[in-house]
Amino acid sequence: MHQLTIAEIIRGLRDKQFSSVEITRQLLDRIQQQDSNYNSFITVTAEQALQRAEAADRQLAAGDAPALCGVPIAHKDIFCTSGVRTSCGSKMLDNFVPPYDATVVENLQHAGAVSLGKTNMDEFAMGSSNETSYYGPVKNPWNTDRVSGGSSGGSAAAVAAQLVPGATATDTGGSIRQPAALTNTTGLKPTYGRVSRWGMVAFASSLDQAGPIARNAEDCAHLLSAMAGPDRRDSTNLQRDAEDFTADLNKSVQGLKIGVPKEYFGEGLNADTAARVQDALKEFEKLGAELVDISLPHTDLAVPAYYVIAPAEASANLSRFDGVRYGYRCENPADLRDLYMRSRGEGFGEEVKRRILVGTYALSAGYYDAYYNKAQQVRRLIKQDFVDAFGKVDVIMGPTAPSPAFEIGAKVADPVAMYLEDIYTIATNLAGLPGMSLPCGRVGNMPVGLQIIGNYLDEARMLNVAHQYQQATDWHRASALSLTEAAAAGGE
Amino acid sequence: MEWEIVIGLEVHVQLSTQSKLFSGASTRFGAEPNTQACAVDLAMPGTLPVPNEAAFRYATLFGLAMNAGIGRRSVFERKNYFYPDLPKGYQTTQLAKPIVGAGEVEIHLEDGSSKKVRLHHAHLEEDAGKSLHEDFHGMSGIDLNRAGTPLIEIVSEPDMRSAAEAVAYLKKIHSIVTYLGISDGDMSQGSLRCDANVSVRLKGEEKLGTRTELKNINSFRFVEKAIKVEAERQIDILEDGGSILQETRLYDSDKNETRSMRSKEVANDYRYFPCPDLLPVELSEDYIDRLRGEMPELPDAKAARFREQYQLSAYDADQLTQERATADYFETLAEQCGEPKLAANWMTGELAALLNRQELTIGQSPVSAEHLAGLIARIKDGTISSKIAKQVFEAIASGEGDADTVIDKRGLKQVSDTGAIEKMVDEVIANSARQVENYRNADEDKRPKMMGYFVGQIMKASKGQANPQVINKILREKLDALL
Repeated sequence: MHQLTIAEIIRGLRDKQFSSVEITRQLLDRIQQQDSNYNSFITVTAEQALQRAEAADRQLAAGDAPALCGVPIAHKDIFCTSGVRTSCGSKMLDNFVPPYDATVVENLQHAGAVSLGKTNMDEFAMGSSNETSYYGPVKNPWNTDRVSGGSSGGSAAAVAAQLVPGATATDTGGSIRQPAALTNTTGLKPTYGRVSRWGMVAFASSLDQAGPIARNAEDCAHLLSAMAGPDRRDSTNLQRDAEDFTADLNKSVQGLKIGVPKEYFGEGLNADTAARVQDALKEFEKLGAELVDISLPHTDLAVPAYYVIAPAEASANLSRFDGVRYGYRCENPADLRDLYMRSRGEGFGEEVKRRILVGTYALSAGYYDAYYNKAQQVRRLIKQDFVDAFGKVDVIMGPTAPSPAFEIGAKVADPVAMYLEDIYTIATNLAGLPGMSLPCGRVGNMPVGLQIIGNYLDEARMLNVAHQYQQATDWHRASALSLTEAAAAGGE
Repeated sequence: MEWEIVIGLEVHVQLSTQSKLFSGASTRFGAEPNTQACAVDLAMPGTLPVPNEAAFRYATLFGLAMNAGIGRRSVFERKNYFYPDLPKGYQTTQLAKPIVGAGEVEIHLEDGSSKKVRLHHAHLEEDAGKSLHEDFHGMSGIDLNRAGTPLIEIVSEPDMRSAAEAVAYLKKIHSIVTYLGISDGDMSQGSLRCDANVSVRLKGEEKLGTRTELKNINSFRFVEKAIKVEAERQIDILEDGGSILQETRLYDSDKNETRSMRSKEVANDYRYFPCPDLLPVELSEDYIDRLRGEMPELPDAKAARFREQYQLSAYDADQLTQERATADYFETLAEQCGEPKLAANWMTGELAALLNRQELTIGQSPVSAEHLAGLIARIKDGTISSKIAKQVFEAIASGEGDADTVIDKRGLKQVSDTGAIEKMVDEVIANSARQVENYRNADEDKRPKMMGYFVGQIMKASKGQANPQVINKILREKLDALL
């Protein structure tokens, strides 16, 4: 049952092939037996999950079940869950139990999904390898010596390891798409404002956006249909009515204009990764799409602009973690200053501290214009690049990450090399555009992701395009487990 | 050397919205600590601010009352600093694009003159909580009930030249916000707080002197005293050849002095930047026009109308329109008694003295407008004299009932009956042989003055109730008959 997709589970539950309790119990058992290999969960809520599954089974029996009724999922540990610890991957919130649910959690619950627990992540979503988590790195199910990507590495690995069919995630600079690419899963970052940020611990407010990670585009469409929607509690929410993102999945891509930005195939891109992406583009041509060479001239400015704006916002967003009201507080503070210094000094990890310092510096008197203001100007230029491009093409495609998953520890000492992991994904966050990653082949045994960037609010089309590709190819069906489980079996 | 004082005020006004600027928690004053602080006010992770429309409405009304430009697009920024009663570690406020731009307001001084004070801008911001340093055994308590309460910070240009002008300006702001009903303006509860920037310079000098900022001077009286004492301090230093340090100073009302708020920290860098959780707020022309249409009559317009409609002096009209409740009291009173000038005299005289003595607001007055109207009616119809009326007023104030009840119960009705008065005059003349002799022998031009003695005796005999005009008439006739 663990191999089933969300679409298959929905059908199976309705056809009474199995119950929600059965699949929930089986997946909980798998998590218990296997997650020590991956470290993809921080908290497992077995008891609550089984109760919810029982309730879902009653609803299914009564015939008034909502769309995702009884479907097991997991939440990235950045989403507040009422009564369940929400750590954000940090020692700072290791003891934090929110008294409220994030809108995403609430929406999925209303849709009937059953959460099995909270997935591992880079601390406060700051990282591209899931190595900054207070709870230890997540290991890539395709090779447990390698990183899962980040910051939503736990969600991606849990889906890749078939511990859950789908999970929620967040993306500030590539944190859904890059781990999806590195784990052979499909992930979607929606248009900024499509999904409510209420109850999602903020990293960089103007860039953060929640989305799904699942095994294919169709499942992402199911999850996104439940996650998205209007929410008055988030002033930056677009207040768009909920949509059925599965509606357009089967449309043809005949005549689709795909923009291929030359800047996404330059220096820094692994040659084998480039070849897999080119293969995917050829596949789209076979499906009747047209490739159009385009330019996004300010691409090389995206990473520097992002690493001013995101830390600047984070430096203020993380000020609330001061040891006064909740979260980590140092032992025996001597005075107020000591309370602040040690609570924050001991509660935050190195990468978080680095970004708070960078952001504080960028906003300081005398540097604000040179850094923050300049970065905002660059942001507008980057956005304009995309607006111009979407005047000519329907979607843009390129690689998601410059190379397949690297070894755990390989880039820990070199933050800039780590930041370049998101070189192809960051620009969409700066522009507020939707982006997606889906499997398009492997290099050695490691997966490669194809990125699709859509126009504003064009998620339905992106999912349609991805689904059509997945109807024609098998890459997304490949399982990490054929490798690791075989290895484990061989070892016995 | 002649010195000139230069003052600019920063006034924080707490808006009387039902809920907070960015959350649904109540803003009611005086609740148990931390019972009016929701997850947003506590800055719990993942919570987000949602702007309160009423706060924008109130700020816009204020801007219109100050003849100021209204920011069509106002932007909230984060002002970053750490303090235990500031839960987010930043205050959400406005800097580059405030909701209210430059404006001006006319202030009225006690000598009857008036002048314009320019408004630099006014912006919306959230209040912080309170740190409580007592009763926690070496620790501090934090009450976040006030955290997130909407404020407008009103920043004047340095246009005031005396402590009296500063007080007049502050009173004008108080009067405008209470007229608009956007704040209760209660300084004792911190609904209206004032910081003053004070500097001095030689008269005729154009360059401003170095200023100090006086923090949280929380009554009209303290504003006046603090500015005076600070200006004197600065002048003393400069006359001794010293220089002024730009700093923040606290006014100590017990010692009537200002002192430096010793701060070990270097100047704060607040690292303002636009709040990414809030979109710029755009106000349409329609919205602003609609509010313009809803504006109540403001103090200046009301004072002008009082001068015109009730023939009041400029001073009385200003006094009676400073507070909306006072103006409403006056209009009720004037209408009921039909004697606006008498009504104004009673309000600025006896009533003001009574309220001042008992430290009451006009809303708490023990003498209602209806009671005072009844009293004035009895003066007008000659039932009591003005002198007796004061006695009746005190009795009404102490709860003895309305004017007629008091007059009746105490038997204070004025005696105008010529027969009764004639009898009293005869008795006094009969008992004052020496004074009558003096009167007869006096020069004619001295006689009217000498009548005072007789009048006094008759008033005494009548316990003050005899009508003085009638006494005068009869007395003169009787005395002149003896010549």
